[in-house]
Amino acid sequence: MMGALLVGIYVFVLASFVGFEIITKIPPTLHTPLMSGANAISGITLVGALAAATTGNVTASNILGLFAIIFATINVVGGFLVTNRMLAMFGKKKAKS
Amino acid sequence: MTQFLDSVVVPVLYLLSAVLFILGIKGLTRVRTAQRGNALAALAMLIAIVTTLLDLGLVDFRWIIAGLIIGGLIGGIAALRVEMTAMPEMVALFNGFGGGASALVASSIIWLEVVEPGHVATPASIMGGDSALTAFLSIFIGAVTLSGSLIAFLKLKGMMTGSPILIPGRHVVNGLLLAGTAAAGLYLAFGAGVPETVGMVCLVVAGLSLVVGVLMVIPIGGADMPVVISFLNSLSGLAASMTGFVLGNNLLIISGALVGASGLILTQIMCVAMNRTLGNVLFSGFGQEGADAGSREYANVRSYSPEEAAMVLEGAESVIIVPGYGLAVAQAQHTARELADLLEKRGTKVSYAIHPVAGRMPGHMNVLLAEADVPYEKLVEMDTINPEFKTTDAVLIVGANDVVNPAAEKDPASPIAGMPVLEVWNAQTVMVIKRSLSPGFAGIKNELFEYDNTMMIFGDAKKVLQGLVSEVKELTAAA
Repeated sequence: MMGALLVGIYVFVLASFVGFEIITKIPPTLHTPLMSGANAISGITLVGALAAATTGNVTASNILGLFAIIFATINVVGGFLVTNRMLAMFGKKKAKS
Repeated sequence: MTQFLDSVVVPVLYLLSAVLFILGIKGLTRVRTAQRGNALAALAMLIAIVTTLLDLGLVDFRWIIAGLIIGGLIGGIAALRVEMTAMPEMVALFNGFGGGASALVASSIIWLEVVEPGHVATPASIMGGDSALTAFLSIFIGAVTLSGSLIAFLKLKGMMTGSPILIPGRHVVNGLLLAGTAAAGLYLAFGAGVPETVGMVCLVVAGLSLVVGVLMVIPIGGADMPVVISFLNSLSGLAASMTGFVLGNNLLIISGALVGASGLILTQIMCVAMNRTLGNVLFSGFGQEGADAGSREYANVRSYSPEEAAMVLEGAESVIIVPGYGLAVAQAQHTARELADLLEKRGTKVSYAIHPVAGRMPGHMNVLLAEADVPYEKLVEMDTINPEFKTTDAVLIVGANDVVNPAAEKDPASPIAGMPVLEVWNAQTVMVIKRSLSPGFAGIKNELFEYDNTMMIFGDAKKVLQGLVSEVKELTAAA
């Protein structure tokens, strides 16, 4: 069996390749929305943040965890909404033409 | 039951989430599928969050719920209220929060596992060497992303000078700072053996990393902020991935790596659009040399009133509108469209020339004009429209500067030499709406303003356009 670290490295390298390959050509129009959407995805760190504040005690680790959750949620909610707002404008014009 | 949940349900749902993220990003690269792509990514995020909550089981949810509500409200309100024009700085800000969150998660884990239990041992011996090291990397990259994004935000918002701030010997200072951060980080992971020391060193690492982020972005000019934000976005993905290593969470590793890699490619594509390399953007202090070297004195500039400009427009058979950041700041997109509609009603052919990096972010102008319901097919990309300027009667430049600077083609010594620009000067008449003769982001003079076929109309883009609209209306009524 591989150690957890090695599995992690495998996963990391392969996922990086997917990330490199997935974007081949992209119209300039979509640069900003893509950046914004990818940015919202990086808020996935929220998954880690949720696990960082799991007791009711007022401790340094819980307070750090609380701020991590707040920050990550801002990133996720704000990121997807802003991206959607930008893209909705393209949809609007397509529907009319 | 719980074991089945942990060993099968949670990993399968995480896998589903990872696949949806990939499909989401893929969708975002095509206009037709972009909206669905974004929705898929959001769905993937929702699945990931619910799965994590399932996985946590019965814990105290008070902090979690409070955090989700506060963060959701702040993020939601900010995203819904922000003006379309301020989109770039909003993305920068959100990105900073994402990076900051990763750094906070890693710090929280160090406190939870090492500082609070009061173990007298190094983090490496308690968490494992790999977790301790990736925790340091997560704090470092996350904090750099946070402070770097905040500086980018301030620069775009105009709350901080857009021109490069160069501290003396900055490469040496940055090198020493990086070395210091690395040393502190290694000491944190493998050297610090007392809980108090671990906590202290952790704060030092975070502090140094924040300074690194600030110093990385302040020497970069405002014009390059889009590239910087894209690069920082890639970094925030990497930070999330490192957090995944600390927690042994594959979904975090995958999603973080996806964003890290795709962000890097996007950064590269944006650099190519400006004929630059990433290294050149990050390390050259671009814009500064040009501002010192080139003269900013203007001669032979002729200023006209909207009334005179309207007469030119009235007689033109073809008009190309070139929008720039000035249009965005003045919120003049609707007025621009009103003018275009008016001219079209008179039989004038109107189109919009879109430079790939006009505004403060690629695609910025497309988004703005789409908001004003300008039909998609009227927005013409640079390579397509450049040959058309020769046969165009009038070009109306609304608050654009560097992207129409002839120096990029004509002056090999110019800092922007080689950058593709819109060849507006080939048109019969060039009208420039601009607030003043102040330089654009590149900080250089634009000799277009001195050309014989150029008419300068000074003023706020929206006010001037409104003036043009009423003048054209009057002329139409009189005819």
